[in-house]
Amino acid sequence: MSAFWPVWLPDPSILLALAVVGATSASLGCFAVLRRQSLLGDTLAHAALPGIGLAFWLTEAKSPLVLLLGAMATGLLGAALLFALKHASRLKEDAALGLVLSTFFGVGIVILTRLQNEPEASQSGLDHFIYGQAAYLTWDHARLMLGLGMVVLVCLALTYKECKLLSFDPAFAASLGLPRRRLEALLAGLTVVGVMLSLRAVGVVLTVALLIGPAAAARQWTQRLSTMMGLAIAFGISSSWLGAIWSQTADATPTGPAIVLVASVLLVVSILVAPGRGLWWHYLRLRQHRRDVAAENVLADFYRHGERQGDRTAPMPAAELADQRGLRFPPLERTMRDLCRRGLAESAGDGWRLTEAGADEAARVMRSHRLWELYLARRLDLPLDHVHRDAEEMEHALPSEIVAELDAHLGHPRVDPHGHPIPRLAAEPRPTEAKEGSTGHGS
Amino acid sequence: MAPDVYYSLVVVACGILVSASCSLLGPFLVLRRMSLVGDAISHAILPGIALGFILTHSRQSLAMTLGAAAAGLVTVWLIELLLKSRRVSEDTSVALVFPMLFALGVLLMERFARYVDLDPECVIYGDIEFAPFDQWSLGGLALGPRPLWILAGVTLFNLLLVVLLYKELKLTTFDPALGDALGFHSGWMHYILMTAVALTCVAAFESVGAILVVAFLIVPAATAYLITDRLSRLLAWSVGFGVLAAVGGYGLAREELLDCSVAGGMATMAGLIFAGVWMAAPRQGLLAQLRRRLS
Repeated sequence: MSAFWPVWLPDPSILLALAVVGATSASLGCFAVLRRQSLLGDTLAHAALPGIGLAFWLTEAKSPLVLLLGAMATGLLGAALLFALKHASRLKEDAALGLVLSTFFGVGIVILTRLQNEPEASQSGLDHFIYGQAAYLTWDHARLMLGLGMVVLVCLALTYKECKLLSFDPAFAASLGLPRRRLEALLAGLTVVGVMLSLRAVGVVLTVALLIGPAAAARQWTQRLSTMMGLAIAFGISSSWLGAIWSQTADATPTGPAIVLVASVLLVVSILVAPGRGLWWHYLRLRQHRRDVAAENVLADFYRHGERQGDRTAPMPAAELADQRGLRFPPLERTMRDLCRRGLAESAGDGWRLTEAGADEAARVMRSHRLWELYLARRLDLPLDHVHRDAEEMEHALPSEIVAELDAHLGHPRVDPHGHPIPRLAAEPRPTEAKEGSTGHGS
Repeated sequence: MAPDVYYSLVVVACGILVSASCSLLGPFLVLRRMSLVGDAISHAILPGIALGFILTHSRQSLAMTLGAAAAGLVTVWLIELLLKSRRVSEDTSVALVFPMLFALGVLLMERFARYVDLDPECVIYGDIEFAPFDQWSLGGLALGPRPLWILAGVTLFNLLLVVLLYKELKLTTFDPALGDALGFHSGWMHYILMTAVALTCVAAFESVGAILVVAFLIVPAATAYLITDRLSRLLAWSVGFGVLAAVGGYGLAREELLDCSVAGGMATMAGLIFAGVWMAAPRQGLLAQLRRRLS
């Protein structure tokens, strides 16, 4: 190795081979994930084992190409058997996958252990297929993988449009006259090739992770297939390189598991923080929504209190407010702090009172609530004791345009079905709203 | 008793117990379309075994068994967690969780348990051939091969589970919503079944290895599914096929015949039995389908 090559970096042949494996697996994985066939790769990887054993037995050679051809032969046989089980037996897909996986693997173990018991045969190289042995990838392997990987990628590129349609809407694809069966067979065949490439690098059990992990991670970041494939390829290559570097620099760290763990971390991070779909953003949105709802509920309490007192900014003791709210999440103090910070409330004595702006906001909430109650009672003929709970939910979800339309639709009513007055909006927006309402009504 | 006869008897008995314990649970997995969850659990117990070993430094400790069973349940829980996050579909969540746990297990073993008699290979292949040599003695009293006791215990546990909870398992398998409505908690049944699968995997992994547990969990049940529509008969056929595969597989793997791994032989035999039944089953078989098409 050249003196300039850093010791922490695996050999260039390994890096090239892993990049090919990462890219092909990830791009095939995208279709597997979208077509909900993530576990097909697992079965095909296991189905390769007897082929590897047989090829070795028949040719007594450990040349990568021969073993790969053997693996592909039984891999394809496994895929064909799955197809037959799907169409000519009552077994469901999961059982068919498990059946092919375990019996092919059993046969593979029979052949491998049979070879082991032959006096002079050494099957040491064959063990690599079970756990993967990226550290022993030579230029011979790398060249072979590059060639086969290119074949897979070119085939995918040529049939990209058809495969895309098949993945998203198989029925529509069939109605357009696309050869659905043949396309499915093509994808399965390409998956066999892709799986065979990663067998050598990460082994039988972990192959499926390389196929599915980067694709599932990429799925979180985008809604477009082309972007997803690009990202998946980037994730696949970077996790296999990072895993290889980790394995190179740390003690007793096999490459396959290292790669899979890096890919798993990428996946978890993607699921958590990917913009839009990420669970963290989802959690933040949910929390904000919960706080908004809590604030509006408290405003409504203040409004009713003000109605009873005849003063819309009447102070309300904390104890009374807590009685009405009950022990809910988020706690009352935090809701009041939010309201005070937004300038809608201020502390008064042993409680709080609304500011003028707060009273306007409270009126807006109550207006939605009572208009919706009236709408339910009048248009849907719901009994009076049924409308409150429903309105309690809807008051938070109604945008102001809908409220204006409701008002117009109900003929600008003054009282809700319980006889409580429906608040009019504060001076400024009122005339425009009324005008909008009347034109809406007239049309 | 001649030593080689004793040896064969112990190995065959272990095989029969593994197959019986697995094929009692298999029909429920196949009917619930969860065959591959069994596959996932059998792989994902590896980190639990490794952790249990690292903590106690003993290969035959309770900690290892408990760790493995816990890892099995963690697998099920993680798969459901991913699924409930609604960011991935069911097949994808299975395909993501078990390789991750398996990789973690291999790494833990390589890191901390490298120089002991515990290797990932044994998790895949198992070593049923050595069962007769693992003798158990309690206070000087020789009790015979330990794996035999463990496997007999698990088989009994699974049998009791299926007999005692037959009605509940049946209802929640075929109509979980109705089961919930009638007060048989389908969620609980799911976790009870998964616990049994995890325990069975743990007990069986030393004898037949992870993949072959899957073979015994799925193949006999899938074979029986081609023969009958009744759950009770499905269970009986499944156990029958499992035992047949164990005995036949041992015969196949004998020195005079193939001279190979016994566990591999048993899985191969299970596959062969399936192939035969798929051909010749009275109504679901390929020949019967052909006859129907021709007439």
